[in-house]
Amino acid sequence: MLAVTDLHAFYGRAHILHGVSLAASGGEVVALLGRNGAGKSTAMKAIMGLVPPAQGEVTFDGRRIERLAPHRIARLGLGYVPEERRIFTELSVMENLEVGRQAARDGAPTWTADRLFELFPNLGRMRERPGGRMSGGEQQMLTIARTLMGNPRCVLLDEPSEGLAPIIVEQMAQSIRALKSEGMCVLLSEQNLHFCEAIADRAYIIEKGQIRFGGSMAELAADASLREQYLSV
Amino acid sequence: MSFASILIQLLNGLAAASSLFLVSAGLSLIFGVTRIVNFAHGSLYMLGLYIAYSLIEMLGRTPLGFWGGVVLAALAVGLVGIVIETAVLRRIYRAPELFQLLATFAIVLVIKDAALFAWGPEDLVGPRAPGLGGAVEILGKRIPVYDLLLIAIGPLVLAIMHLLLRRTRWGALVRAATQDREMVGALGVDQAKLFTSVFFVGAVLAGLGGALQIPREPANLDLDLSVIADAFVVTVVGGLGSLGGALLAAVLIGVAKAFCIGLGFSKLTLVAEFVIMGVVLVARPYGLLGKPQAVARTAGEAPPPLSPPRWQFPVGWIAVLAVIPLLTDQYVSVVLIDIACFALFAVSLHFIMGPAGMVSFGHAAYFGLGAYAGAVLFKKAGLPMEAALLLAPFCAGLFAVVYGWFCVRLSGVYLAMLTLAFAQISWSIVFQWDALTGGSNGMVGIWPAAWLADKGVYYYVALGLCGAGIAVLWRVLFSPFGYVLRAGRDSPLRAEAIGIDVRGFQWAAFVLAGTCAGLAGAVFAFSKGSISPSVVSIGQSTDGLVMVLLGGVDTLVGPVVGAAVFTWLRDALARETDFWRAGLGLVILLIVLLFPQGLVGGLKALYARWRAA
Repeated sequence: MLAVTDLHAFYGRAHILHGVSLAASGGEVVALLGRNGAGKSTAMKAIMGLVPPAQGEVTFDGRRIERLAPHRIARLGLGYVPEERRIFTELSVMENLEVGRQAARDGAPTWTADRLFELFPNLGRMRERPGGRMSGGEQQMLTIARTLMGNPRCVLLDEPSEGLAPIIVEQMAQSIRALKSEGMCVLLSEQNLHFCEAIADRAYIIEKGQIRFGGSMAELAADASLREQYLSV
Repeated sequence: MSFASILIQLLNGLAAASSLFLVSAGLSLIFGVTRIVNFAHGSLYMLGLYIAYSLIEMLGRTPLGFWGGVVLAALAVGLVGIVIETAVLRRIYRAPELFQLLATFAIVLVIKDAALFAWGPEDLVGPRAPGLGGAVEILGKRIPVYDLLLIAIGPLVLAIMHLLLRRTRWGALVRAATQDREMVGALGVDQAKLFTSVFFVGAVLAGLGGALQIPREPANLDLDLSVIADAFVVTVVGGLGSLGGALLAAVLIGVAKAFCIGLGFSKLTLVAEFVIMGVVLVARPYGLLGKPQAVARTAGEAPPPLSPPRWQFPVGWIAVLAVIPLLTDQYVSVVLIDIACFALFAVSLHFIMGPAGMVSFGHAAYFGLGAYAGAVLFKKAGLPMEAALLLAPFCAGLFAVVYGWFCVRLSGVYLAMLTLAFAQISWSIVFQWDALTGGSNGMVGIWPAAWLADKGVYYYVALGLCGAGIAVLWRVLFSPFGYVLRAGRDSPLRAEAIGIDVRGFQWAAFVLAGTCAGLAGAVFAFSKGSISPSVVSIGQSTDGLVMVLLGGVDTLVGPVVGAAVFTWLRDALARETDFWRAGLGLVILLIVLLFPQGLVGGLKALYARWRAA
């Protein structure tokens, strides 16, 4: 569903991504692992068009998207959940969801506010609360729900477990499994290996803007030296 | 003063407040979403008045003709807004904020001349509203019915806007984009369409504000800048992005002005609103109902470091400039004196807005006060011309000490608008103090001493003084003082943390820049022999901004090049056509679209590409 080939990207003059290639398909959770500053977030932003790729190809559902504007990419059914959450703090929960709303899409689950409140029960209890007056965990739920309102076929989750309490991380894992069972494609960036082991089918390791490993989650779990080399701090 | 007359003044003030609120609401809405301070918003108001005048003439002075004309005029102005957004602003949303400002200045010029072309230079007095021409008696005083209607329209529009913003998807998108427009895009919303729609609504509000004034105010070509100045004050006093705040501020200012007139202090009206603004900004820096601005997520990179010019550079130019009067006729010297004055003016403005990061919309205050100080010292105090010329800059500097103390307490748009307010106060004083400044007539007979009477000789003096001023400012930029200013601009917190009193240095920079602008003004005054309040006007301030931005704010010599190109272009165009403003505006737009880093920045980029090839 999503295929990235030889992607290069710059932040100003700094060359961040040096030819990243990865792929993810429907009904699959793929983890992009790496340390702080390895290029995970930039890879996500480059796929989404928020950082224009300097070189390389991004294919989504058979369409080349690397030169499209972010809103066009989102309209094709690729959802993006930013690391910093970027909740609209002045808007209520319902209004945040409204901003993300898009028409129903073939081949993707159709979300309504009520369905999302089943997935994230906390949100249903604070429909009118302004986004700025929610806890970090609640905001993380809301930012995912907001993206799902666009009925995406595939979502990019940038560090969804970051800064959350263990019990919320567990809820998050359940929600991601629910998305997978709906046939969605999930690409998530993470530093939390434990979290990924619970939900991901496959994993890539990125370091210094290059992919160093690609394989099944089981393979990675079995290879202590790989983890030591690229993931331990 | 009786209760009845107090009431009358109150109602008068409220009636004037409505249109001001409409313009400010549009300005605020547009700024919130696009982060563009639309200088052309006053021009849209002016267009609303003119178009309504013509439409009502066409449709007939019947109730249907009048109200149809008003509504159609507002919609027509909305279409103009769409054209502005799609043809110009959409292409430069990624450009630096100041460059967008330059583009909207250019639009002001184009619209002014378009209106001059279409409606001519005479004031046009519109019809009264049919059926509403009468008056009702309140406590024995007669109040025009139309004024009562206007008073109701302000809150009504506020209510409609509130519903639009709170109860519709469009409103949710607008409020979301005001906070984080990139994220809104990543959620699948086409920003371009959203921006266009916001610009349309904002322009309709401005057009409606103008059209509604048709029975109260003649359509004239000076409305654009005077309305935008008022709207800035209202927006800043109310708080950027707060529509309720805009209404509150419009009422406050409208009423204060009405009371000044009612109490017989009509001369205070110009000052009153700016005093209110100064007080509010110092007490509540984000306006009455405003909130601190969210950090804008733009692709803004820190400006590149400045490089000092090599010594050959100024020496070469001085040599060229020294021989020019020997080879050409006197007219060239006259133009070159103008250019020298404006170059120093622009360099001093660049000094605070570039390296010190304090954008001033009112730098003409110091240029103009320098000019007037020279004239007053010479004519009224009887000082020799040479002494007047040399003392004048320090008078301007004194004003900069006072104004600067307030200004350095603010930053960004708020700072820019406060500088505008101080410039406007200075203008009002100059304009109204007949005994000292000659009021609107200005002062004449400010001629240089006999030994300087020849234009050729005065040319060298002007060149020397302005050149010295520029040299001092440039030298300071590469001294530790200059580094401190740039550190304060790029990271005020870190600069404070290493023990730099950022505000103190900014204040000093403000005073130095003001003094140099004063020198430019004094040299200018004695070269012309006469001055008028226009040297302190908003137009003069915007000329300075255009020069700096035209040349390129991130370059050292940009302001000089900008001043030269601008002065020469204006002079050349003014000799060719009555519509020189439109020509100038179109040239500026072309430059904005082709060279988003200014002339010098653009040429440097071209040179770098040529060398790399």
